[in-house]
Amino acid sequence: MKTYTNTGNKDTRSGFGAGLTELGQTNDKVVALCADLIGSLKMDDFKKNHPERFFQVGIAEANMIGMAAGLTIGGKIPFTGTFANFSTGRVYDQIRQSVAYSDKNVKICASHAGLTLGEDGATHQILEDIGLMKMLPGMTVINTCDYNQTKAATIAIAEHQGPVYLRFGRPSVPNFTAEDQKFEIGKAVQLTEGTDVTIVATGHLVWEALEAAKELHEQGISAEVINIHTIKPLDDEAILKSVTKTGCVVTAEEHNYLGGLGESVARVLTLNHPTPQEFVATNDTFGESGTPAQLMEKYGLNSASIIKAAQKVVQRKK
Amino acid sequence: MSNTQQLEDLTTQVRRDILRMVHKVNSGHPGGSLGCAEFFVALYNEIMDRKDTFDMDGMGEDLFFLSNGHISPVFYSVLARAGYFPVEELNTFRLIDSRLQGHPTTHEGLPGIRVASGSLGQGMSVAIGAAQAKKLNNDSHLIYSLHGDGELQEGQNWEAIMYAAGNKVDNLISTIDLNGQQIDGATDDVLPLGSVKEKFQAFGWTVVEIEQGNDIEAILEGMAVAKSKTGQGKPVCVLLKTVMGNGVDFMMHTHAWHGKAPNDEQLAIGLEQNAETLGDY
Repeated sequence: MKTYTNTGNKDTRSGFGAGLTELGQTNDKVVALCADLIGSLKMDDFKKNHPERFFQVGIAEANMIGMAAGLTIGGKIPFTGTFANFSTGRVYDQIRQSVAYSDKNVKICASHAGLTLGEDGATHQILEDIGLMKMLPGMTVINTCDYNQTKAATIAIAEHQGPVYLRFGRPSVPNFTAEDQKFEIGKAVQLTEGTDVTIVATGHLVWEALEAAKELHEQGISAEVINIHTIKPLDDEAILKSVTKTGCVVTAEEHNYLGGLGESVARVLTLNHPTPQEFVATNDTFGESGTPAQLMEKYGLNSASIIKAAQKVVQRKK
Repeated sequence: MSNTQQLEDLTTQVRRDILRMVHKVNSGHPGGSLGCAEFFVALYNEIMDRKDTFDMDGMGEDLFFLSNGHISPVFYSVLARAGYFPVEELNTFRLIDSRLQGHPTTHEGLPGIRVASGSLGQGMSVAIGAAQAKKLNNDSHLIYSLHGDGELQEGQNWEAIMYAAGNKVDNLISTIDLNGQQIDGATDDVLPLGSVKEKFQAFGWTVVEIEQGNDIEAILEGMAVAKSKTGQGKPVCVLLKTVMGNGVDFMMHTHAWHGKAPNDEQLAIGLEQNAETLGDY
């Protein structure tokens, strides 16, 4: 089976920062707003290089989202930056009315998503944001898996007309996708070929899915790993094509099973090709303090959990 | 465009439009709409430097944002009579398949609307963003916005008010409709605002007061003063003292008509008090 090399751990938020830096140089319509988290979001370079196009709004996320909507009137492409929790739930009505319903070309860029935020604990570990954002009509929802993909996605969404939610994280994780990749919104990326089970993963769980596939291979289970960076619009075709072949699926995400990628996949399968599915996701719970690795283990979001889920779902086929 | 009499005639016609729109669908918000009729008429026909055609980016012209979107009837009437869309379309207000939604939206492509509003407290942030875009585009035109006084109870306003002063957004004129009423009663009873003037001043805004907010000449004079204060490093707030329901005697000085339509008889009385000037739609 095809294997991937970790070229060195990096945080996805730095991929966002690098993408934004490049956009600053290549697209003068791009402006950036931040709610007192410039360092955390890696927006320092953009701010330094383009102070006139950078808006420090303070700890005032609602105003930030409204201002971003206003900046589009006059042709700007605003990128907002704060933690995922404060990018979504805190400002949901502002996004709903001033951005989504108003068809504004705002890019909501959200770091520190999920449990891997770590020690700060549940107040900051949002596990509901994908659900919140995918429910908004017209909203594109992207959750990237590593540094390179996050950088590519950041650059790609500037070219997309319409509101986008871009979700990434805090910890250093394996960087394994191609540096020169072309990021196509809404297009799944098949990472391995397999015949027994499809593993549809997003975000930090993609690398875990690859690790799981290696172990499953040893056990004689052939897993097809699909990297879903775009949760909405979902690449129905790629999922159906794979699942039609394998006959079962594991979905894996750093998010509540309610409202997440798994539910979106389940809907596609129910409508087109009913299939056994197992969910690797948090089980309708808040997180807690701990190291990212401890939390991912405790809440069942690592390769071991994916392996168990794959073994179980393969059995369910019989 | 216009002398005061023409603006007053237009205001009378706008009042008729408002009454007929909300009466037809037995819903909508006549009180605040009537209270701001003179302001909208003056703004769109005298105060703003605007183009006759609509495009979303609005480069090279003044722009207006309505934050208290529930007073859509006055907005729609004035936009239609300023030529943004056919006056006959006022007939479709709040009906199925209409571009004239209960609260204004860009979503149905109605010319003249640049952002959805209705959920309160969001318009000033949007106006600030548009004002910053003007500066980035070296466009010296101004951004106008309108907000209800009760709406100031929404916290987002104070984020925006703080931002605009701290960042010298001095191409913005935000008007507060000080009618002292909101759905559940007087603002002083529901959640007292204290001195709105002192609050804006304390946040670092220039404040211009228009005591007679239902008098066209007073509005023109006050807004000219407001305009003269732009470009001086501070955002400008206009405190527009209006009477809710102005121009229809039984609707005045009460919150009762905030979100209630007149019945047939009440409509007839209201129209009688505002004789047709430019022709009904």
